[in-house]
Amino acid sequence: MKLFENLIGKVKPHFEEGGKLENYYYGFEALETFLFVPGHPSQGTHIKDGIDLKRTMFTVVVAMIPALLFGMWNVGHQHFVAMGEFAAMGEGFMDKILFGSVTVLPIVIVAYGVGLGIEFVFAMIRRHPVNEGFLVSGMLIPLIMPPTIPLWMVALATAFAVIIGKEAFGGTGMNILNVALIARVFVFFAYPTYMSGDAVWVAGDPSLFVDGFSGATPLGVAYLGGAQALADVSFLHYDLTSLIIGTVPGSIGETSVIAIGIGALILLITGIASWRVMASVVVGALTAGFLFSLGGISFFEGVPAYAHLVMGSMMFATVFMATDPVTSAHTATGKLIYGFLIGIFGMVIRALNPAYPEGWMLAILLMNVFAPTIDHFVVQSNIKRRLSRAL
Amino acid sequence: MIKLSRGFDIKLLGKPSPEHLNVTQPRLFALKPADVVGIGPIPKVLVELGSRTLAGEPLFYDKGDPRIKFSSPVSGEVSEIRRGAKRAITEIIISADREQEFHTFDRLDPSSCSRDEVVGLLLESGAWGLLKQRPFNTLADPDSTPRDIFISCFDTAPLAPDYNVLIEGKEDAFQHGLTVLGKLTSGDVHLGLGPHSADVFQNADGVKTTSFSGPHPAGNVGVQIHHVAPINKGDVVWTIKPQDVAIIGKLFRDGILDTERTVALTGSETNQTGYFKTRIGASVDTLLSDQLKHENVRCISGNPLTGTQIQKDGFLGLYDDQITVIESGNKPEFLGWLVPSYKRPSLSRTFLSFLRPDKEYHVNTNNHGEERAFVMTNQYERVVPMDLFPQHLIKSILYSDFEQMEGLGIYEVVEEDLALCEFVCTSKQPVQQILRAGLDLVRLEG
Repeated sequence: MKLFENLIGKVKPHFEEGGKLENYYYGFEALETFLFVPGHPSQGTHIKDGIDLKRTMFTVVVAMIPALLFGMWNVGHQHFVAMGEFAAMGEGFMDKILFGSVTVLPIVIVAYGVGLGIEFVFAMIRRHPVNEGFLVSGMLIPLIMPPTIPLWMVALATAFAVIIGKEAFGGTGMNILNVALIARVFVFFAYPTYMSGDAVWVAGDPSLFVDGFSGATPLGVAYLGGAQALADVSFLHYDLTSLIIGTVPGSIGETSVIAIGIGALILLITGIASWRVMASVVVGALTAGFLFSLGGISFFEGVPAYAHLVMGSMMFATVFMATDPVTSAHTATGKLIYGFLIGIFGMVIRALNPAYPEGWMLAILLMNVFAPTIDHFVVQSNIKRRLSRAL
Repeated sequence: MIKLSRGFDIKLLGKPSPEHLNVTQPRLFALKPADVVGIGPIPKVLVELGSRTLAGEPLFYDKGDPRIKFSSPVSGEVSEIRRGAKRAITEIIISADREQEFHTFDRLDPSSCSRDEVVGLLLESGAWGLLKQRPFNTLADPDSTPRDIFISCFDTAPLAPDYNVLIEGKEDAFQHGLTVLGKLTSGDVHLGLGPHSADVFQNADGVKTTSFSGPHPAGNVGVQIHHVAPINKGDVVWTIKPQDVAIIGKLFRDGILDTERTVALTGSETNQTGYFKTRIGASVDTLLSDQLKHENVRCISGNPLTGTQIQKDGFLGLYDDQITVIESGNKPEFLGWLVPSYKRPSLSRTFLSFLRPDKEYHVNTNNHGEERAFVMTNQYERVVPMDLFPQHLIKSILYSDFEQMEGLGIYEVVEEDLALCEFVCTSKQPVQQILRAGLDLVRLEG
């Protein structure tokens, strides 16, 4: 600790005004404040809450770690199941973790490397401190990608999301759309074959997979054949238990309801994420899910509403995406409306759209756009109440 | 009883113990024009260096309104007139006599005299400066008649003094002062009572009382006004603190401006905490010289949220009844954002200490992070028990939208009401400073 302090003290003058590295000051500052919360005295109120943006973002990253760890194991698990080996959950743990790490960690490293690199460059050019927002985006992006995604595509999508989705608007706190979802939607529309279909959810060489293996996700199965189809493929272990545990194909971090649930608990206990958004998304999805389970309306006839909660990216999107404080509605009432509509629209896209069975990404981006409108009406009603009082 | 649920009690070490401290009275007293919102930085000074003054004789007046005089809190000799940046007068310092002599005013019976006479005596004596006006928290305007006058009889701020102790021995003067205030308003004098308010507040005559309970800022007069009779556009209400009501009461009853004030010494960095009697503007040097545990401290006139930083030989503010000393937070904290063991109060539950809600924290003045753009939302709303959107209000000030500021309720808040927002802000935004800029903008140009 003293060592760091001395080191910083030694190199700092070079980065300060007049030093030869002064253009890189904010890059240096980011690293310095990472090591030491500065001894800046508080102005205004003489005491301040212990929390800052670094701690907030770090808490969200911690909340995602269960999903990441489970995702790494599950990538390996799906791989070996496809090859006909270690089909039971308990078998080949080390092999699965090893395979999963080799597949997933490069994606994480590329996402962080590219994103933070861009953030540092922008901060130094525009002379402002590096904002901590990307700590979360950099972890979210890998978790919502299929395990087969090429690394260059991760890099390209991350760069697009950070530059167009965030920096163009003025950086963290100013963006309108969820940064991680922009990365995903970029890949989804630019390279659709890498992001949808049955072939992308299991990593490994398909020629080694057992004959007749289908990498279809439970959602894809239910989408094509309704509840009956889910029952028919029970040999794939796509039952409720496996959906909750998460031993099914899917994006890296989205499959395990339990792992995501642990994250949700961390976010709710610490008070970092809004319970209003989470709860209202679930209510919205259940409402729509119930309607769609009735006959003749959608592809999901007979699939019970609660099953929608555990399929696809519903839980992940609810816990980590919809709750983004910057892009969600800002008012308490607004958050309820915003979440509820995400639930409804997510299910509408999932159940009624003939082209694509998953809707959360698009539903959340859509509601990101409308969140300021929702807030506008909530705030206006407050203003009207105040003005009418004066009469 | 109005129960407020939103807000946050910051529990700190160094709450004032109920004992009375034996302190040496300071020799120096000072008035600081900057304590008064809305007067110019260079008021007209009426005394010369070395001249003698009695307690209650005018020291200066604001050039904007020569009727409003500010009087010496003590009798003695004008020993220094300090100036700061741009020649602004920062302190007019009086070296006090051992035995106080008072300028005598004609006594007035508030029940039989006219409103003009009441205003006249308040202006002449310099006691007028104790009345504040909302919106904007400026000095009360002698030409306006307030809709109501509000007095909060308890304080919920961190380390706040117990008003029951502050008013001890001044009960009669307080009641007398309430009668005087009743003459000034066309409406009512409202007392905001806390859960443990003393009889002198509970049974006050000629006033309307409302009880409040809940976490800070339930004791803020602005919050109480909002729930009793909110300030609409065009409304003017006045506010004053209980001890100052007693000063006014004594002025009318005895014909002297007796600025005696019971003050709480609080904070974790003093050897003792408790209450002591002194006068407005007292220097804290004699008090702190034998009370400080160490030198690396910040001294505050007022509470840790809204008080003014003063030097170790600085002066008690005009409206303050509390001196707080807390540790200076000027040391970097290694991985402070990560380490779970740093013990700091927090609205969030990202520190394990949230499991011990009654723990009192040993705080310092570190900023605990750097300023960032707004990221978290609905955080300010959790600590403001009023029907308004603080974050939207602050943003409307940042983009100078008058209509929006008005609609979002800028008339109803002053800095102290949003001080908790600044405390809890993850992005470390200077909320009080922004709000003051907005209030001044609306006041001067709106």
